Amino acid sequence: MAQSINEIQDELIAEFDLFEDWADKYEYLIDLGKKLPAMSETLKTEENVIKGCQSRVWLHAEREGEVVNFHADSEAVIVKGLISMLIRVLSAHSAAEILAADLYFIDRIGMSQHLAQTRSNGLLAMVKQMKNYALAFSAQQ
Amino acid sequence: MGSLVDIKNIRADFPVLDQQVNGSPLIYFDNAATTQKPKSVMDALAHYYQFDNANIHRGLHTLAERATTAYELTRAKVRDFIHAPSSDQIIFTSGTTAGINLVAQTFGRSTFKAGDKILISNLEHHSNIVPWQMIAQETGAIIEVIPVDDIGVLDLVAFEKQLDDKVKLVAVNHVSNAIGTINPIATIISLAHAKGAKVLIDGAQSVAHIEIDVQALDMDFFVFSAHKLFGPTGVGILYGKRELLDQMPPYQGGGEMIKEVSFSGTTYNELPYKFEAGTPNIADVIAFGSAIDYVKSHGAEELMKQEQALLAYASDKLTAIPGLRIVGTAPEKIAVISFVVEGIHPQDLGVLLDKFGVAIRTGHHCAQPLMQRYGLVGTCRVSFAFYNTLEEIDRFIVALERSLRMLG
Repeated sequence: MAQSINEIQDELIAEFDLFEDWADKYEYLIDLGKKLPAMSETLKTEENVIKGCQSRVWLHAEREGEVVNFHADSEAVIVKGLISMLIRVLSAHSAAEILAADLYFIDRIGMSQHLAQTRSNGLLAMVKQMKNYALAFSAQQ
Repeated sequence: MGSLVDIKNIRADFPVLDQQVNGSPLIYFDNAATTQKPKSVMDALAHYYQFDNANIHRGLHTLAERATTAYELTRAKVRDFIHAPSSDQIIFTSGTTAGINLVAQTFGRSTFKAGDKILISNLEHHSNIVPWQMIAQETGAIIEVIPVDDIGVLDLVAFEKQLDDKVKLVAVNHVSNAIGTINPIATIISLAHAKGAKVLIDGAQSVAHIEIDVQALDMDFFVFSAHKLFGPTGVGILYGKRELLDQMPPYQGGGEMIKEVSFSGTTYNELPYKFEAGTPNIADVIAFGSAIDYVKSHGAEELMKQEQALLAYASDKLTAIPGLRIVGTAPEKIAVISFVVEGIHPQDLGVLLDKFGVAIRTGHHCAQPLMQRYGLVGTCRVSFAFYNTLEEIDRFIVALERSLRMLG
């Protein structure tokens, strides 16, 4: 049985709890960004760009059986780190589970500032777009 | 190297500087976006609302008179500050952008014909590009761009070739917001005038850093924002030559800008009120007067020397960082440094520096054509004001090096 969205969120919270100061958390986040599997260049289309970000962010989703899988990339490594966590939490779950997800881990790991609109780093837009994909897939069913 | 001005006392005048951000003392290096405000400006704002608040120009009562006098006093202070011939050529707007749009929609609309040319430069902020594109589309005028070289200097040889009798207006910034170049506006204005073209100077980035004399430079239009000159947001200035302002039709209709209104027709008020429809931003205009007083009382020249010392010191320190390249190295610059680091996205540096309490700007700086010219997605930009210190630069460099190690 695969982990639930909340089990993965709790796991991330536990990982970040190991770090005492912000710099260690960010070093871990940067590391996650660097390790994000490369997105196929053919998926880095204008269509897949999430608008309104200071760095370019690409997001693609596909349905495989009952679950949705996400692929994403960014020019900025901190954004990639955030993306990597979102993919870890949401990928390989059903559209209904993704739509219902409450992403409380972002606040709990001390990254809620990245949800602020002024950041224009696209985290908010990214979450919205992931849910939009889930909505589109669930409508097809 | 000692400070040229009494930094400790000056910093005490800017309460916002004295705070911790993310656990570190704030280092505010985003002065090109907006400057901080001295306490005297905040006091003036509070005083106005507490004692003098009234609508201006029409009321007969004492408060209306006080408010009107204070409002018009700022106009006189601006006149003096930029050496304009008379106060009625000083028009209050909401900011630089509004001033440029006003000139585009009045001077531009009544002057430009199909085939006429508007010359702007490759260094412009979007607000000195888009209003001209809009009016060009309506009138059939054509926009041409003065090229910029690799170090950020405008190509005046190309400019002279572009100048022909089709050119009706040259609109350039005095200083580039993105890379800090001080443009040779005296030369640009005299070359343009020799061909019969008018010149609008966008002074948003210069007015806090360079002494402005609109008459000595023979400017046709000069626009700037109060909030980049230690004043409040929401106030801007448009200066224009009298014969141009007189010829220009009104911009927006409403109260204040009229002399007489009947349903058969309306006669317009005289300068400057012709261009100030509706109740203006009275409180902020009045507080802006205190900002001008502040700069004058500290000696603009001394303050500028302090900024140049900061520029030289920071440029040296940044150049020493491996992989870092300063974008824009014109010989004449204000205290703005744009830079990129090989293999690092500017946004990542902006996020980490903020965690260290350092406020810088990252991105395209609303100057995308300039970023395209240099093949960049954006830069990191630090911009200083006279209240910044060499110690802050040292701490910034430490934070920058640490951030680069984290990202490397």
